[in-house]
Amino acid sequence: MTIQTQIEQKIQQAMQPDFLEVLNESHMHNVPPGSESHFKVTVVSAQFNGKMLIARHRQINGILAEELNGKIHALALHTLTPEEHFAKGGKVAESPLCMGGGKA
Amino acid sequence: MSALDRIDQAVKSNPVIIFMKGTPQMPQCGFSSRASQALMACGEEFAYVNVLGDPEIFQDLPQYANWPTFPQVYINGELIGGCDITLEMYQNGELQKMVKEAVKPDAATEGDAA
Repeated sequence: MTIQTQIEQKIQQAMQPDFLEVLNESHMHNVPPGSESHFKVTVVSAQFNGKMLIARHRQINGILAEELNGKIHALALHTLTPEEHFAKGGKVAESPLCMGGGKA
Repeated sequence: MSALDRIDQAVKSNPVIIFMKGTPQMPQCGFSSRASQALMACGEEFAYVNVLGDPEIFQDLPQYANWPTFPQVYINGELIGGCDITLEMYQNGELQKMVKEAVKPDAATEGDAA
């Protein structure tokens, strides 16, 4: 199973979100072709209602603790309630390009 | 002093601090670059620690506030989040307000001062 699929399955099982998108953005960074190091995750769920952003991110970080503890290098997170997602027209910010520092 | 103690001291002695890869002038990661740019755009002074220049802090920072990634932004001793949260708070104006209040705690009452 790819790490991308693993991330999708874990979030899907833990939250049953209204919308889930996991993008492998490793090609935007200084890593070999085919790497699974940099991901962007968008989660839309009513479970985020009334929660501060930091609490939403902690929830996802907790679900992906194993992956964050070694397998993946970067995780861009966009956590929205269904209302926020609708208000933004379903769009989230673009991730930044790599600037070359540290692959630890 | 252990790395965790040094982190704690840095967080508690600076109202606004970012732990990042590189420096605000020469960031070495796109996420760190964006977060430090948002802080700079708030127009107040802030402290920074280049985690690439301090292997102990690089290793121990994720444990400090149980947050797995860099950059990390702290205001008034509390983690506000990483790049995505910092940017979102900048876009909705919350970051500017928090930074200004942290750097100048009396700003709210200044209007009445002589």
